[in-house]
Amino acid sequence: MAKSTIIPFGPQHPVLPEPLHLDLVVDDERVVEAVPQIGFIHRGLEKLTETRDYNQFIYVAERICGICAFGHSMGYAETIEKLMEVQIPERAEYIRVILHELSRVHSHILWMGLAADAFGYESLFMHCWRLRERVLDVFEMTTGGRVIFSDVCVGGVNRDLTPEMQKKMLDVLNGLKDEYATLCNAFLNDSSVKSRLVGVGYISQESAFAQGMVGPFARASNVNNDVRCYGNGAYGKLSDFQPILDTDGDCYARVKVRALEVLQSIDIIEELLRTIPDGEIAIKVKGSPKPGAQASNTLEQPRGECYYYAKSNGTKYLERMRMRTPTSMNLAGMTTALAGCELADVNMIVLTIDPCISCTER
Amino acid sequence: MGSFKLGGMTLKSLFSKPETIMYPVQERYKPEGLKGHIAIDVETCILCGICQKTCPTGSIVVDKAGEEWRIDRFSCVQCGACWRACPKDSLTMENTYTTPSTSKFIDTFEVHPKKPERKAAAETSEAAAAPKKPVMSIEEQRAAMEAKIANMDPEKAAKVRANFEAKIAKLQASE
Repeated sequence: MAKSTIIPFGPQHPVLPEPLHLDLVVDDERVVEAVPQIGFIHRGLEKLTETRDYNQFIYVAERICGICAFGHSMGYAETIEKLMEVQIPERAEYIRVILHELSRVHSHILWMGLAADAFGYESLFMHCWRLRERVLDVFEMTTGGRVIFSDVCVGGVNRDLTPEMQKKMLDVLNGLKDEYATLCNAFLNDSSVKSRLVGVGYISQESAFAQGMVGPFARASNVNNDVRCYGNGAYGKLSDFQPILDTDGDCYARVKVRALEVLQSIDIIEELLRTIPDGEIAIKVKGSPKPGAQASNTLEQPRGECYYYAKSNGTKYLERMRMRTPTSMNLAGMTTALAGCELADVNMIVLTIDPCISCTER
Repeated sequence: MGSFKLGGMTLKSLFSKPETIMYPVQERYKPEGLKGHIAIDVETCILCGICQKTCPTGSIVVDKAGEEWRIDRFSCVQCGACWRACPKDSLTMENTYTTPSTSKFIDTFEVHPKKPERKAAAETSEAAAAPKKPVMSIEEQRAAMEAKIANMDPEKAAKVRANFEAKIAKLQASE
Protein backbone atom coordinates (compact mmCIF):
# COMPACT_ATOMS: atom_id res chain seq x y z
CA MET A 1 0.00 0.00 0.00
CA ALA A 2 1.23 3.47 -0.89
CA LYS A 3 2.16 6.01 1.72
CA SER A 4 -0.42 8.75 2.51
CA THR A 5 0.58 12.27 1.61
CA ILE A 6 -0.99 15.60 2.53
CA ILE A 7 -1.40 18.04 -0.33
CA PRO A 8 -2.34 21.62 0.57
CA PHE A 9 -5.06 23.01 -1.72
CA GLY A 10 -5.70 26.76 -1.65
CA PRO A 11 -6.23 29.37 -0.30
CA GLN A 12 -4.69 30.69 -3.52
CA HIS A 13 -5.71 28.33 -6.29
CA PRO A 14 -6.67 29.08 -9.91
CA VAL A 15 -10.02 27.34 -9.54
CA LEU A 16 -11.08 29.11 -6.36
CA PRO A 17 -12.69 32.50 -6.59
CA GLU A 18 -12.31 32.88 -2.84
CA PRO A 19 -9.80 31.71 -0.25
CA LEU A 20 -10.58 28.24 1.07
CA HIS A 21 -7.83 25.98 2.29
CA LEU A 22 -8.05 22.19 2.12
CA ASP A 23 -5.60 19.67 3.47
CA LEU A 24 -6.04 16.73 1.12
CA VAL A 25 -4.85 13.43 2.50
CA VAL A 26 -4.12 11.43 -0.64
CA ASP A 27 -3.33 7.81 -1.15
CA ASP A 28 -1.74 7.68 -4.64
CA GLU A 29 -4.20 9.67 -6.76
CA ARG A 30 -7.17 9.06 -4.49
CA VAL A 31 -8.29 11.50 -1.79
CA VAL A 32 -8.81 9.76 1.54
CA GLU A 33 -9.81 12.75 3.60
CA ALA A 34 -10.18 16.48 3.14
CA VAL A 35 -9.83 18.90 6.06
CA PRO A 36 -11.17 22.35 5.27
CA GLN A 37 -9.90 25.51 6.89
CA ILE A 38 -11.34 28.98 6.57
CA GLY A 39 -10.57 32.29 8.24
CA PHE A 40 -8.53 34.16 5.66
CA ILE A 41 -10.94 37.01 4.97
CA HIS A 42 -12.75 37.69 8.21
CA ARG A 43 -13.70 41.38 8.27
CA GLY A 44 -15.77 41.66 11.42
CA LEU A 45 -18.86 43.03 9.67
CA GLU A 46 -21.31 41.86 12.35
CA LYS A 47 -19.42 43.93 14.91
CA LEU A 48 -20.15 47.02 12.82
CA THR A 49 -23.76 47.03 14.09
CA GLU A 50 -22.34 48.76 17.17
CA THR A 51 -21.22 51.79 15.19
CA ARG A 52 -23.76 51.86 12.33
CA ASP A 53 -27.44 52.35 13.02
CA TYR A 54 -29.97 49.94 11.57
CA ASN A 55 -30.50 52.08 8.47
CA GLN A 56 -26.80 52.47 7.77
CA PHE A 57 -26.05 48.78 8.35
CA ILE A 58 -27.97 47.88 5.20
CA TYR A 59 -25.03 49.18 3.16
CA VAL A 60 -22.69 47.01 5.22
CA ALA A 61 -24.98 43.97 4.83
CA GLU A 62 -24.91 44.16 1.05
CA ARG A 63 -21.12 44.29 1.08
CA ILE A 64 -20.91 40.91 2.83
CA CYS A 65 -20.69 39.27 -0.55
CA GLY A 66 -20.47 40.63 -4.07
CA ILE A 67 -22.63 38.02 -5.72
CA CYS A 68 -25.45 37.73 -3.18
CA ALA A 69 -25.33 41.47 -2.42
CA PHE A 70 -29.02 42.00 -3.07
CA GLY A 71 -30.04 38.90 -1.11
CA HIS A 72 -28.15 40.00 1.98
CA SER A 73 -29.60 43.50 1.97
CA MET A 74 -33.08 42.04 1.44
CA GLY A 75 -32.69 39.42 4.17
CA TYR A 76 -31.34 41.98 6.61
CA ALA A 77 -34.10 44.51 5.83
CA GLU A 78 -36.79 41.83 6.30
CA THR A 79 -35.29 40.94 9.68
CA ILE A 80 -35.35 44.57 10.83
CA GLU A 81 -38.92 44.94 9.57
CA LYS A 82 -39.91 41.93 11.66
CA LEU A 83 -38.02 43.40 14.61
CA MET A 84 -39.90 46.68 14.32
CA GLU A 85 -43.21 45.03 13.36
CA VAL A 86 -43.51 46.93 10.10
CA GLN A 87 -45.50 45.80 7.05
CA ILE A 88 -43.96 47.01 3.80
CA PRO A 89 -46.01 47.92 0.70
CA GLU A 90 -46.90 45.07 -1.63
CA ARG A 91 -45.17 46.66 -4.60
CA ALA A 92 -41.91 46.81 -2.66
CA GLU A 93 -42.19 43.09 -1.91
CA TYR A 94 -42.62 42.38 -5.62
CA ILE A 95 -39.68 44.56 -6.63
CA ARG A 96 -37.46 42.91 -4.03
CA VAL A 97 -38.31 39.40 -5.20
CA ILE A 98 -37.90 40.34 -8.88
CA LEU A 99 -34.42 41.77 -8.26
CA HIS A 100 -33.52 38.88 -5.97
CA GLU A 101 -34.47 36.33 -8.62
CA LEU A 102 -32.54 38.33 -11.19
CA SER A 103 -29.49 38.14 -8.96
CA ARG A 104 -30.02 34.38 -8.75
CA VAL A 105 -29.93 34.29 -12.56
CA HIS A 106 -26.64 36.16 -12.64
CA SER A 107 -25.16 34.18 -9.76
CA HIS A 108 -26.00 30.81 -11.33
CA ILE A 109 -24.71 31.82 -14.77
CA LEU A 110 -21.52 33.05 -13.11
CA TRP A 111 -21.20 29.76 -11.27
CA MET A 112 -21.79 27.75 -14.44
CA GLY A 113 -18.97 29.70 -16.07
CA LEU A 114 -16.67 28.95 -13.16
CA ALA A 115 -17.65 25.27 -13.29
CA ALA A 116 -16.88 25.18 -17.02
CA ASP A 117 -13.50 26.72 -16.26
CA ALA A 118 -12.92 24.10 -13.55
CA PHE A 119 -13.45 21.17 -15.92
CA GLY A 120 -11.39 22.90 -18.58
CA TYR A 121 -14.01 24.12 -21.05
CA GLU A 122 -12.69 27.64 -21.57
CA SER A 123 -15.03 28.79 -24.35
CA LEU A 124 -18.11 27.66 -22.42
CA PHE A 125 -16.85 29.73 -19.48
CA MET A 126 -16.55 32.84 -21.64
CA HIS A 127 -19.98 32.41 -23.21
CA CYS A 128 -21.53 32.06 -19.75
CA TRP A 129 -19.95 35.27 -18.54
CA ARG A 130 -20.92 37.05 -21.75
CA LEU A 131 -24.57 36.23 -21.04
CA ARG A 132 -24.23 37.25 -17.41
CA GLU A 133 -23.07 40.66 -18.54
CA ARG A 134 -26.54 41.31 -19.99
CA VAL A 135 -28.15 40.60 -16.64
CA LEU A 136 -25.71 43.03 -15.01
CA ASP A 137 -26.75 45.65 -17.57
CA VAL A 138 -30.36 45.20 -16.45
CA PHE A 139 -29.26 45.82 -12.87
CA GLU A 140 -27.35 48.90 -13.94
CA MET A 141 -30.44 50.26 -15.66
CA THR A 142 -32.87 49.53 -12.82
CA THR A 143 -30.82 50.16 -9.69
CA GLY A 144 -27.84 52.19 -10.89
CA GLY A 145 -25.23 49.63 -9.83
CA ARG A 146 -23.79 46.50 -11.39
CA VAL A 147 -22.79 44.60 -8.26
CA ILE A 148 -23.77 46.68 -5.25
CA PHE A 149 -27.23 48.15 -5.72
CA SER A 150 -28.11 50.03 -2.51
CA ASP A 151 -31.70 49.57 -3.57
CA VAL A 152 -33.23 48.08 -0.43
CA CYS A 153 -34.09 50.26 2.55
CA VAL A 154 -35.79 49.35 5.80
CA GLY A 155 -39.46 49.78 4.86
CA GLY A 156 -39.28 49.07 1.14
CA VAL A 157 -37.06 49.83 -1.82
CA ASN A 158 -35.41 53.03 -2.99
CA ARG A 159 -36.12 52.91 -6.70
CA ASP A 160 -39.28 52.03 -8.53
CA LEU A 161 -39.44 49.77 -11.57
CA THR A 162 -40.94 51.98 -14.26
CA PRO A 163 -42.92 50.37 -17.12
CA GLU A 164 -40.01 51.08 -19.51
CA MET A 165 -37.60 49.30 -17.19
CA GLN A 166 -39.97 46.35 -16.86
CA LYS A 167 -40.26 46.11 -20.64
CA LYS A 168 -36.51 46.26 -21.12
CA MET A 169 -36.00 43.65 -18.40
CA LEU A 170 -38.42 41.27 -20.15
CA ASP A 171 -36.77 41.93 -23.53
CA VAL A 172 -33.32 41.12 -22.16
CA LEU A 173 -34.53 37.95 -20.42
CA ASN A 174 -36.36 36.77 -23.54
CA GLY A 175 -33.28 37.47 -25.66
CA LEU A 176 -31.21 35.53 -23.15
CA LYS A 177 -33.32 32.38 -23.38
CA ASP A 178 -32.16 31.19 -26.83
CA GLU A 179 -28.48 31.53 -26.14
CA TYR A 180 -28.95 30.10 -22.67
CA ALA A 181 -30.61 27.03 -24.19
CA THR A 182 -27.46 26.47 -26.29
CA LEU A 183 -25.31 26.73 -23.16
CA CYS A 184 -27.57 24.31 -21.29
CA ASN A 185 -27.31 21.90 -24.19
CA ALA A 186 -23.52 22.04 -23.91
CA PHE A 187 -23.62 21.57 -20.13
CA LEU A 188 -26.15 18.77 -20.03
CA ASN A 189 -25.63 16.84 -23.28
CA ASP A 190 -22.01 17.29 -24.30
CA SER A 191 -20.17 13.98 -23.91
CA SER A 192 -16.89 15.60 -22.81
CA VAL A 193 -18.69 17.52 -20.06
CA LYS A 194 -20.61 14.44 -18.98
CA SER A 195 -17.46 12.38 -18.73
CA ARG A 196 -16.11 14.85 -16.16
CA LEU A 197 -19.34 15.24 -14.17
CA VAL A 198 -21.44 12.08 -14.08
CA GLY A 199 -20.94 10.02 -10.93
CA VAL A 200 -18.35 12.40 -9.46
CA GLY A 201 -18.70 13.49 -5.81
CA TYR A 202 -21.80 11.46 -5.02
CA ILE A 203 -23.81 12.26 -1.88
CA SER A 204 -26.83 10.19 -0.94
CA GLN A 205 -30.13 11.70 0.15
CA GLU A 206 -29.71 10.40 3.73
CA SER A 207 -26.21 11.80 3.98
CA ALA A 208 -27.30 15.18 2.56
CA PHE A 209 -30.17 15.32 5.04
CA ALA A 210 -28.02 14.27 7.99
CA GLN A 211 -25.39 16.90 7.25
CA GLY A 212 -27.95 19.69 6.94
CA MET A 213 -26.96 20.63 3.43
CA VAL A 214 -28.82 23.52 1.83
CA GLY A 215 -29.42 25.05 -1.56
CA PRO A 216 -28.90 23.52 -4.99
CA PHE A 217 -26.19 21.29 -3.47
CA ALA A 218 -28.84 19.56 -1.33
CA ARG A 219 -31.55 19.70 -3.97
CA ALA A 220 -29.31 17.70 -6.31
CA SER A 221 -29.45 14.95 -3.66
CA ASN A 222 -33.25 15.15 -3.56
CA VAL A 223 -33.46 17.08 -0.28
CA ASN A 224 -36.09 19.78 -0.59
CA ASN A 225 -35.12 22.65 1.66
CA ASP A 226 -35.95 25.55 -0.62
CA VAL A 227 -37.19 28.25 1.77
CA ARG A 228 -38.96 29.98 -1.12
CA CYS A 229 -41.64 27.34 -0.49
CA TYR A 230 -42.54 29.14 2.78
CA GLY A 231 -43.99 31.91 0.60
CA ASN A 232 -42.40 34.88 2.37
CA GLY A 233 -43.01 38.23 0.68
CA ALA A 234 -44.03 38.08 -2.96
CA TYR A 235 -43.11 34.37 -3.18
CA GLY A 236 -46.49 33.74 -1.58
CA LYS A 237 -48.20 35.46 -4.51
CA LEU A 238 -46.82 33.03 -7.10
CA SER A 239 -49.46 30.82 -8.70
CA ASP A 240 -47.26 27.75 -8.37
CA PHE A 241 -43.80 27.07 -7.08
CA GLN A 242 -42.12 23.68 -7.29
CA PRO A 243 -38.47 23.44 -6.24
CA ILE A 244 -36.18 21.75 -8.73
CA LEU A 245 -34.93 18.45 -7.39
CA ASP A 246 -32.70 15.73 -8.71
CA THR A 247 -32.04 12.26 -7.37
CA ASP A 248 -28.55 11.56 -8.73
CA GLY A 249 -26.56 13.49 -6.10
CA ASP A 250 -23.44 13.86 -8.27
CA CYS A 251 -21.73 16.87 -9.88
CA TYR A 252 -23.83 16.49 -13.02
CA ALA A 253 -27.04 16.70 -10.98
CA ARG A 254 -25.81 19.89 -9.29
CA VAL A 255 -25.09 21.52 -12.63
CA LYS A 256 -28.51 20.41 -13.88
CA VAL A 257 -30.36 21.79 -10.85
CA ARG A 258 -28.67 25.18 -11.21
CA ALA A 259 -29.17 25.26 -14.98
CA LEU A 260 -32.90 24.64 -14.55
CA GLU A 261 -33.18 27.10 -11.66
CA VAL A 262 -32.11 29.91 -13.98
CA LEU A 263 -35.09 29.16 -16.23
CA GLN A 264 -37.35 28.88 -13.17
CA SER A 265 -36.15 32.28 -11.93
CA ILE A 266 -36.85 33.84 -15.33
CA ASP A 267 -40.38 32.39 -15.16
CA ILE A 268 -40.86 33.82 -11.64
CA ILE A 269 -39.71 37.27 -12.81
CA GLU A 270 -42.06 37.17 -15.79
CA GLU A 271 -45.02 36.16 -13.64
CA LEU A 272 -44.32 38.82 -11.00
CA LEU A 273 -43.87 41.51 -13.64
CA ARG A 274 -47.27 40.57 -15.06
CA THR A 275 -49.00 40.83 -11.70
CA ILE A 276 -47.05 43.63 -9.98
CA PRO A 277 -49.52 45.94 -8.19
CA ASP A 278 -49.37 49.75 -8.26
CA GLY A 279 -48.74 51.81 -5.19
CA GLU A 280 -46.09 53.00 -2.80
CA ILE A 281 -42.60 51.49 -2.91
CA ALA A 282 -41.57 52.33 0.65
CA ILE A 283 -42.93 53.45 3.97
CA LYS A 284 -41.10 55.63 6.45
CA VAL A 285 -39.73 53.66 9.38
CA LYS A 286 -39.04 55.85 12.38
CA GLY A 287 -37.88 55.26 15.91
CA SER A 288 -36.00 52.35 17.41
CA PRO A 289 -36.96 48.74 17.97
CA LYS A 290 -38.23 47.77 21.42
CA PRO A 291 -35.52 46.86 23.93
CA GLY A 292 -34.87 43.12 24.03
CA ALA A 293 -36.88 42.45 20.87
CA GLN A 294 -35.60 39.60 18.72
CA ALA A 295 -36.33 38.63 15.15
CA SER A 296 -35.19 35.96 12.75
CA ASN A 297 -35.65 35.46 9.07
CA THR A 298 -34.71 32.98 6.36
CA LEU A 299 -34.08 33.72 2.73
CA GLU A 300 -33.19 31.46 -0.17
CA GLN A 301 -29.94 32.89 -1.47
CA PRO A 302 -28.54 31.61 -4.78
CA ARG A 303 -26.34 29.26 -2.71
CA GLY A 304 -29.04 28.11 -0.32
CA GLU A 305 -30.85 29.02 2.84
CA CYS A 306 -29.44 31.98 4.74
CA TYR A 307 -30.61 32.64 8.29
CA TYR A 308 -30.65 36.10 9.87
CA TYR A 309 -31.02 36.98 13.51
CA ALA A 310 -31.23 40.41 15.12
CA LYS A 311 -31.58 41.52 18.71
CA SER A 312 -32.35 45.04 19.79
CA ASN A 313 -31.25 46.96 22.86
CA GLY A 314 -33.81 49.73 22.45
CA THR A 315 -31.53 52.09 20.55
CA LYS A 316 -30.95 52.57 16.84
CA TYR A 317 -27.86 50.37 17.16
CA LEU A 318 -28.56 46.64 17.26
CA GLU A 319 -27.37 44.57 20.19
CA ARG A 320 -26.54 41.61 17.93
CA MET A 321 -26.75 40.80 14.27
CA ARG A 322 -26.01 37.29 13.14
CA MET A 323 -26.14 35.48 9.84
CA ARG A 324 -25.76 31.82 9.07
CA THR A 325 -24.74 31.49 5.47
CA PRO A 326 -25.30 28.56 3.09
CA THR A 327 -21.62 27.79 2.56
CA SER A 328 -21.00 27.16 6.26
CA MET A 329 -23.80 24.57 6.11
CA ASN A 330 -22.40 22.96 2.98
CA LEU A 331 -18.75 22.58 4.01
CA ALA A 332 -19.49 19.32 5.85
CA GLY A 333 -21.17 17.91 2.75
CA MET A 334 -18.22 18.98 0.65
CA THR A 335 -15.75 17.00 2.75
CA THR A 336 -18.01 13.94 2.47
CA ALA A 337 -18.14 14.32 -1.30
CA LEU A 338 -14.36 14.74 -1.46
CA ALA A 339 -13.59 11.56 0.48
CA GLY A 340 -12.73 8.86 -2.03
CA CYS A 341 -12.60 11.03 -5.16
CA GLU A 342 -9.77 11.37 -7.67
CA LEU A 343 -7.32 14.22 -7.07
CA ALA A 344 -8.17 15.66 -10.49
CA ASP A 345 -11.84 15.93 -9.51
CA VAL A 346 -11.21 17.91 -6.33
CA ASN A 347 -11.58 21.32 -7.97
CA MET A 348 -14.84 20.24 -9.64
CA ILE A 349 -16.34 19.01 -6.36
CA VAL A 350 -15.23 22.06 -4.40
CA LEU A 351 -16.88 24.29 -6.98
CA THR A 352 -20.15 22.38 -7.07
CA ILE A 353 -21.02 23.54 -3.56
CA ASP A 354 -20.58 27.08 -4.95
CA PRO A 355 -18.40 28.16 -2.02
CA CYS A 356 -18.81 31.74 -0.94
CA ILE A 357 -16.19 32.21 1.73
CA SER A 358 -16.63 35.95 2.15
CA CYS A 359 -20.29 35.34 3.12
CA THR A 360 -19.25 32.64 5.54
CA GLU A 361 -16.57 34.64 7.31
CA ARG A 362 -18.08 38.10 7.01
CA MET B 1 -24.88 12.99 -26.65
CA GLY B 2 -21.90 13.91 -28.75
CA SER B 3 -19.31 16.61 -28.59
CA PHE B 4 -19.04 20.13 -30.03
CA LYS B 5 -22.42 21.24 -28.70
CA LEU B 6 -21.04 24.75 -28.45
CA GLY B 7 -19.48 24.73 -31.93
CA GLY B 8 -22.16 26.85 -33.58
CA MET B 9 -22.06 29.56 -30.95
CA THR B 10 -18.27 29.70 -30.92
CA LEU B 11 -18.07 29.88 -34.72
CA LYS B 12 -20.63 32.66 -34.69
CA SER B 13 -18.60 34.69 -32.24
CA LEU B 14 -15.49 34.22 -34.38
CA PHE B 15 -17.15 36.21 -37.16
CA SER B 16 -19.08 38.77 -35.12
CA LYS B 17 -18.14 41.99 -33.35
CA PRO B 18 -16.35 41.55 -30.02
CA GLU B 19 -18.48 41.88 -26.88
CA THR B 20 -15.83 44.05 -25.26
CA ILE B 21 -15.22 47.70 -26.10
CA MET B 22 -12.02 49.66 -26.67
CA TYR B 23 -11.98 51.58 -23.41
CA PRO B 24 -10.99 54.44 -22.94
CA VAL B 25 -11.23 55.34 -26.65
CA GLN B 26 -14.82 54.10 -26.67
CA GLU B 27 -17.03 55.06 -23.74
CA ARG B 28 -19.59 52.69 -22.31
CA TYR B 29 -23.28 53.53 -22.45
CA LYS B 30 -24.34 55.14 -19.19
CA PRO B 31 -27.92 54.64 -18.06
CA GLU B 32 -29.71 57.62 -16.55
CA GLY B 33 -29.85 56.36 -12.98
CA LEU B 34 -26.25 55.13 -12.83
CA LYS B 35 -24.62 55.70 -9.46
CA GLY B 36 -21.62 57.70 -10.64
CA HIS B 37 -20.81 60.36 -8.10
CA ILE B 38 -22.49 62.81 -5.73
CA ALA B 39 -22.82 66.41 -6.88
CA ILE B 40 -23.90 69.39 -4.78
CA ASP B 41 -25.80 72.51 -5.71
CA VAL B 42 -24.10 75.13 -3.53
CA GLU B 43 -26.86 77.66 -4.21
CA THR B 44 -29.57 75.71 -2.40
CA CYS B 45 -27.53 73.96 0.31
CA ILE B 46 -28.24 75.24 3.81
CA LEU B 47 -25.43 73.29 5.55
CA CYS B 48 -27.95 71.52 7.79
CA GLY B 49 -25.60 68.54 8.21
CA ILE B 50 -28.21 65.79 7.68
CA CYS B 51 -26.07 64.28 4.90
CA GLN B 52 -23.13 64.03 7.30
CA LYS B 53 -25.27 62.22 9.88
CA THR B 54 -26.75 59.79 7.32
CA CYS B 55 -23.48 58.89 5.56
CA PRO B 56 -22.58 55.31 6.59
CA THR B 57 -18.90 55.77 5.76
CA GLY B 58 -18.40 59.22 7.24
CA SER B 59 -17.19 60.65 3.91
CA ILE B 60 -19.12 63.89 4.18
CA VAL B 61 -18.11 66.73 6.50
CA VAL B 62 -20.32 69.79 6.82
CA ASP B 63 -18.41 72.74 8.24
CA LYS B 64 -21.07 75.24 9.24
CA ALA B 65 -18.68 77.81 10.71
CA GLY B 66 -16.26 77.70 7.79
CA GLU B 67 -19.18 77.56 5.30
CA GLU B 68 -17.76 74.51 3.53
CA TRP B 69 -19.14 71.17 2.37
CA ARG B 70 -16.48 68.48 1.97
CA ILE B 71 -16.63 64.98 0.53
CA ASP B 72 -13.94 62.31 0.50
CA ARG B 73 -14.70 60.63 -2.82
CA PHE B 74 -12.26 57.83 -2.07
CA SER B 75 -14.25 56.57 0.89
CA CYS B 76 -17.71 57.35 -0.57
CA VAL B 77 -19.49 54.14 -1.57
CA GLN B 78 -22.16 55.74 -3.78
CA CYS B 79 -24.98 54.37 -1.61
CA GLY B 80 -27.07 57.50 -2.17
CA ALA B 81 -28.22 57.77 1.45
CA CYS B 82 -27.24 61.48 1.51
CA TRP B 83 -29.17 62.58 -1.52
CA ARG B 84 -32.25 60.70 -0.42
CA ALA B 85 -32.04 62.43 2.99
CA CYS B 86 -31.30 65.95 1.70
CA PRO B 87 -34.23 68.20 2.72
CA LYS B 88 -33.43 70.84 0.07
CA ASP B 89 -32.65 68.42 -2.79
CA SER B 90 -29.24 70.06 -3.14
CA LEU B 91 -27.47 66.74 -3.57
CA THR B 92 -27.83 64.70 -6.74
CA MET B 93 -26.37 61.48 -8.07
CA GLU B 94 -24.68 62.17 -11.41
CA ASN B 95 -24.31 59.29 -13.85
CA THR B 96 -20.63 59.93 -14.61
CA TYR B 97 -17.75 58.41 -12.72
CA THR B 98 -15.09 60.64 -11.21
CA THR B 99 -11.79 60.72 -13.07
CA PRO B 100 -8.97 58.53 -11.75
CA SER B 101 -6.33 60.27 -9.69
CA THR B 102 -2.80 59.49 -8.52
CA SER B 103 -3.24 60.80 -4.99
CA LYS B 104 -6.08 61.03 -2.50
CA PHE B 105 -7.78 64.34 -1.92
CA ILE B 106 -10.94 65.78 -0.43
CA ASP B 107 -13.36 67.70 -2.62
CA THR B 108 -14.31 70.98 -0.96
CA PHE B 109 -17.22 73.21 -1.94
CA GLU B 110 -17.77 76.70 -0.58
CA VAL B 111 -21.36 77.16 0.47
CA HIS B 112 -22.79 80.49 1.54
CA PRO B 113 -26.28 79.67 2.67
CA LYS B 114 -28.82 82.42 2.33
CA LYS B 115 -30.20 83.46 5.67
CA PRO B 116 -33.82 82.47 6.17
CA GLU B 117 -36.14 85.30 5.14
CA ARG B 118 -37.62 85.89 8.58
CA LYS B 119 -34.21 86.27 10.19
CA ALA B 120 -32.92 88.54 7.45
CA ALA B 121 -35.97 90.79 7.67
CA ALA B 122 -35.63 91.01 11.45
CA GLU B 123 -31.98 92.01 11.09
CA THR B 124 -32.61 94.78 8.54
CA SER B 125 -35.43 96.37 10.47
CA GLU B 126 -33.88 95.75 13.85
CA ALA B 127 -33.66 99.42 14.86
CA ALA B 128 -37.09 100.34 13.57
CA ALA B 129 -38.92 97.30 14.84
CA ALA B 130 -40.83 97.84 18.01
CA PRO B 131 -40.79 95.04 20.61
CA LYS B 132 -43.71 92.72 19.99
CA LYS B 133 -44.67 92.36 23.65
CA PRO B 134 -44.60 95.19 26.20
CA VAL B 135 -41.79 94.49 28.68
CA MET B 136 -43.11 93.26 32.00
CA SER B 137 -41.72 94.62 35.25
CA ILE B 138 -39.85 92.25 37.54
CA GLU B 139 -42.79 92.06 39.93
CA GLU B 140 -45.19 91.17 37.12
CA GLN B 141 -42.80 88.50 35.85
CA ARG B 142 -42.52 87.07 39.36
CA ALA B 143 -46.29 86.94 39.70
CA ALA B 144 -46.58 85.16 36.32
CA MET B 145 -43.94 82.66 37.39
CA GLU B 146 -45.68 81.99 40.72
CA ALA B 147 -48.95 81.37 38.92
CA LYS B 148 -47.21 78.97 36.56
CA ILE B 149 -45.62 76.88 39.30
CA ALA B 150 -48.65 76.82 41.58
CA ASN B 151 -49.74 73.33 40.45
CA MET B 152 -46.24 71.93 40.00
CA ASP B 153 -44.44 69.26 41.95
CA PRO B 154 -42.81 71.14 44.96
CA GLU B 155 -39.30 70.01 44.05
CA LYS B 156 -39.65 71.18 40.46
CA ALA B 157 -41.30 74.42 41.56
CA ALA B 158 -38.34 75.19 43.84
CA LYS B 159 -35.99 74.61 40.95
CA VAL B 160 -37.95 76.94 38.63
CA ARG B 161 -38.04 79.62 41.35
CA ALA B 162 -34.30 79.35 41.93
CA ASN B 163 -33.64 79.66 38.20
CA PHE B 164 -35.88 82.70 38.00
CA GLU B 165 -34.13 84.42 40.92
CA ALA B 166 -30.72 83.71 39.37
CA LYS B 167 -31.90 85.20 36.07
CA ILE B 168 -33.19 88.35 37.76
CA ALA B 169 -29.96 88.76 39.77
CA LYS B 170 -27.93 88.41 36.58
CA LEU B 171 -30.12 90.99 34.80
CA GLN B 172 -29.81 93.48 37.67
CA ALA B 173 -26.03 92.98 37.85
CA SER B 174 -25.66 93.72 34.13
CA GLU B 175 -27.78 96.87 34.44
